[in-house]
Amino acid sequence: MAIALTPNALLGRRRGNSFRRSYSVLPGFNLSLGYTLGYLTLIVLIPIAAVFLKTSELSFAEFWKVVTAPRVLASYKLSFGASIIAAAINAVFGLMLAWVLVRYSFPGKRIVDALVDLPFALPTAVAGIALTALYARNGWIGQYVEGVLGIKIAFAPAGVLVALVFIGLPFVVRTVQPILEDLETELEEAAASLGARRWQTFRYVLLPILLPALLTGFALAFARAVGEYGSVIFIAGNIPLVSEITPLIIITKLEQYDYVGATAVALVMLLFSFVLLLVINALQAWSSRSIGGSR
Amino acid sequence: MSHYSHKTTRFERNLATREAPWVKWTLLTLSLSFFVLFLILPLVSVFFEALRKGWEVYLLSITEETALAAIKLTVLIAIISVPLNLVFGVAAAWLIAKHDFRGKQLLTTFIDLPFSVSPVIVGLMYMLVFGANGWFGSWLVEHDLKVIFAVPGIVLATIFVTFPFVARELIPLMQAQGRDEEEAAVVLGANGWQTLWYVTLPNVKWGLLYGVILSNARAMGEFGAVSVVSGKIRGQTNTMPLHVEILYNEYNFAAAFAVASLLALLALVTLVIKTRVEHRASSHFNASHMVPADINTLSPRVVP
Repeated sequence: MAIALTPNALLGRRRGNSFRRSYSVLPGFNLSLGYTLGYLTLIVLIPIAAVFLKTSELSFAEFWKVVTAPRVLASYKLSFGASIIAAAINAVFGLMLAWVLVRYSFPGKRIVDALVDLPFALPTAVAGIALTALYARNGWIGQYVEGVLGIKIAFAPAGVLVALVFIGLPFVVRTVQPILEDLETELEEAAASLGARRWQTFRYVLLPILLPALLTGFALAFARAVGEYGSVIFIAGNIPLVSEITPLIIITKLEQYDYVGATAVALVMLLFSFVLLLVINALQAWSSRSIGGSR
Repeated sequence: MSHYSHKTTRFERNLATREAPWVKWTLLTLSLSFFVLFLILPLVSVFFEALRKGWEVYLLSITEETALAAIKLTVLIAIISVPLNLVFGVAAAWLIAKHDFRGKQLLTTFIDLPFSVSPVIVGLMYMLVFGANGWFGSWLVEHDLKVIFAVPGIVLATIFVTFPFVARELIPLMQAQGRDEEEAAVVLGANGWQTLWYVTLPNVKWGLLYGVILSNARAMGEFGAVSVVSGKIRGQTNTMPLHVEILYNEYNFAAAFAVASLLALLALVTLVIKTRVEHRASSHFNASHMVPADINTLSPRVVP
């Protein structure tokens, strides 16, 4: 199907179109816009709208009672608390791994670099049972940590943390690594020639440049961790009020055919994710600005 | 990239960007221990547990009837959902990278939206729309169609969770390549489809492949969203990750890890292809930017 190049199309004049384009001679604008919006609406927007509409069956008082029930509150505390700690651990070790991958040469570097993405590619259920096997009392790690040190990881809140650290690691490495790679050495040379010690150069020259990317990675890892289900439920033990994550609360309510209750809790999580998405967008904009400014 | 081909990196050869040896070794030890502890050990333990009772049990576990049904279903789901998202990804990337319009930023945010929705909520959303008490529930029952607790529901949930992958790969790539080549093709008389097929897609083929591979890995491995809508009927609506869960909950660990090891292999293959593709993409991208596009090699292919 040929798309005629009318003078209007050439000048980008498309009046009466809310997505008005300014200038492009390339055809297919209306077709790709229509298809993209249609598919997006069908697959993403209508189902999300369903959550909002279903929740509106509740009065605000009922909604509030559901989403602040003790068991639900305990799950927020665990889900959000463990996610923040996991993202912080990932920020520290992710930065370190990115640094080592960019700056040093060591045997097996290619393999390490490729395997950093493992949590993206490995199905969460597989990660879940593998971590459980490792950290259970008779597991490779569990026999020392639980057997010798007496710290229970599998089937306890600490297990949730372990699973969330696993799934969040690539986010920090992969946001920080390209920034480190593109960094010119002039800044560090200038700092060194002005008498800065290596730590000072890192603290006052490099860290401010890396900070937006690091925070973006942190936020991405956090966002992913809050909604994570598959890798957590095997290792968590799922004890109500102790090691029950919020997504599991939704599943439990669904299994009891409490659709409205499940949806109310889902809405709280959705709203939180949307706010986080906005924060991440702002962080990414800041990141690209600060990189542009450092050149 | 170049930093692999040298014995030392450019940072290690520069006095100003080099750390004291003890700092370097501390960082290497800490980060690689973390890497081994959190990434290597779980991966190794999958294969170890899978083979703990020997090859015979392993082979039996993955060739047993319900396991085979789960494998077949998982492949079917990927075959349906990946191409659909591929077409969407190309359309969205063409729209966003090759056109300017108001609301572009908003649209990009909406495309990313599925990344930030918990898989469990994805399943719940489709229950609300297509479930027995959902919006289309009674209509579906009247027409004897089943979405929830059936294959279509699993496909929909899978499409949702893999929705942004191809678009996300293609948009930055197509933006970076600009519009010059496409505009030249259009000026030379190519229509939109020809421009897309002969100019744009060859330029982004590696990114496209990467997006497809990632979608595929995620589609085959999705657990949370699928577990809500599947109903987990053995031999019918049980995908591989769900089969792993059922076996695990039945304390049939060897079989659970055997099926899990297939998924872990898929993840490893995905990472290998990804590394290859990234390598190709970076060399292709650099080459196409250093050598000006040769109009003579381009024009005979524009008109098929």
